[in-house]
Amino acid sequence: MSDGGTVMQTIARTDVEDFLFAEAELLDEWRLPEWLELFTDDAIYYVPATDLAVDASPDNNLFYIADDRFRLSERVKRLMKRTAHAEFPHSKTRHLVSNVRIRKRIGDDLEVSSAFITYRTKDGVTDVYFGSNRYRLVPGNGTFRIKEKRCLLDSEGLRAQGRVSIIL
Amino acid sequence: MNAIGPMKTALLIDESKKIFKVSRQAFVDPVILDAERAQIFDKCWLYLGHSSELAKPGDFVTRQVGGRGILFARDGKGNLNAMLNTCPHRGTQVCREKHGSAKSFQCFYHGWVFGLDGTLRSQPGEASYAEDFKERSTSSMQQVPRLESYRDFNFICFDKNVESLSDYLGPVREYLDVICDQAETAMTIVGGTQEYSMRANWKLLTENSIDGYHALTTHATYLNYLKATTGGLAQVAFEGSARDLGKGHAVLEYQAPWGRPVAQWIPSWGEDGKRELSRLYDGLVNRFGKERADRIATFNRNLFIFPNLVINDIMAVTVRTYYPAAPDFMNISAWALAPKEETEWARKYRLFNFLEFLGPGGFATPDDVEALEQCQRGFRNSSEAQWNDISKGMGKTNPSYDDEAQMRAFWSNWNEHIFRASA
Repeated sequence: MSDGGTVMQTIARTDVEDFLFAEAELLDEWRLPEWLELFTDDAIYYVPATDLAVDASPDNNLFYIADDRFRLSERVKRLMKRTAHAEFPHSKTRHLVSNVRIRKRIGDDLEVSSAFITYRTKDGVTDVYFGSNRYRLVPGNGTFRIKEKRCLLDSEGLRAQGRVSIIL
Repeated sequence: MNAIGPMKTALLIDESKKIFKVSRQAFVDPVILDAERAQIFDKCWLYLGHSSELAKPGDFVTRQVGGRGILFARDGKGNLNAMLNTCPHRGTQVCREKHGSAKSFQCFYHGWVFGLDGTLRSQPGEASYAEDFKERSTSSMQQVPRLESYRDFNFICFDKNVESLSDYLGPVREYLDVICDQAETAMTIVGGTQEYSMRANWKLLTENSIDGYHALTTHATYLNYLKATTGGLAQVAFEGSARDLGKGHAVLEYQAPWGRPVAQWIPSWGEDGKRELSRLYDGLVNRFGKERADRIATFNRNLFIFPNLVINDIMAVTVRTYYPAAPDFMNISAWALAPKEETEWARKYRLFNFLEFLGPGGFATPDDVEALEQCQRGFRNSSEAQWNDISKGMGKTNPSYDDEAQMRAFWSNWNEHIFRASA
């Protein structure tokens, strides 16, 4: 049994939930630079168009968001500026995370799925985003890092939300 | 008879004083929206879809166009059919899927079956109907009055007496040629539709889509992002012109410092990208000569086709159309268009370019959405603060890409459509 396997066997769903709840809190408190540190250097963050297959690739399909780590860090940098007009002043958000499951273990990594409902309020208008997240998590130092976050919206497009200016 | 209450025009124009104002009532009044439906959306050519979306016989999509539900299908002979998606029997929407492939369409209510061209094939209890019932045209799904296409862009019109699409487009055709000629074979719609909405009047998106003036302020963070990428931008300044193409159509044609997958290189694309773009550029020169190759490769085009189609050939090519659901709400659909034969490299970077800037998850479009929604909020003051100003660049022989001549072209034609009935 490798060390990795031993680590795996000791990870419970509640450990993953604690991590995802903490991620949601960072987003809701707009602590985006700290949130970015949850990601590995080769991480990806995807929000595909809603008429695509769940495993579609952004190399040959149109997504809403297909960030590598560089673009994700630029997204965070942008959102923290006053000139990110869509989020100035910052909207209030509440990320609710539920139905967390460990789907698979790939080497040391975990494939995790969760359901989400995220509320966004700004200027007297409240929008709801809902769907599922698929994560690839890398365990280490008693916590995890995110190698992949694929956010699958259940809505038909972005009507009436109109934009994904927050991080889902 | 006056169609719009006491209003006779929405424009305040004085060429000698360089005044061009638009009444903000045009963005908020439900009576104006009714007039737009009757005078514009029921009478103008409207974009339905691209032929590449129906690649094979049996392929279909359903779409909302001009307030109607349209079933767009390729039949067994390869012909395209645009049908009103309603059963001739009792009105049920026949096809309820957004896209797919079918051998026939069956209305689930009473089981009538239609061919891919809408012809009634069978209905349960045929013996109880008149002998010639199936042969009657009223027993089949109704085709839209007009369906015509130009370079695989398919348009429909609900006015059967409308001029031909070719005449309607006029000088727009030349710009569509320039955009489509970047492909050696044909242009194709890439998988994935961006469907979103804005709490804003639809005409605000017309203005925004051909507005060169807002880039440096609204999109400061996008330009900062481009500068942060490895090696930054191309050494090209924003420079170009705007052209009124008649009938409300307009175009901006200009150079800009961002990378174009056909074909303007930026340092972050590296040596592989440089080789690829040189190959593409050489191909263009071989096919069209240097002058046209340069125009295709290095110039951007924001092309507006009246009343609600935008084809922007910028850091990627987007096809975008939008409809009002209410004076202060619109639904938008956007697709990425690309040369069918392009390499995996070019397709990947084209799509990355697209979603960095364009679309509701990008670094630019969300700020456009915000700007347009804030305009709509500002219009709450329109009883007192009544006018929008779009006079920038009036009187110039050659208006710049960041003047507002192209918006004046749109509004003049819009005004003509809305108020000519009451003139």
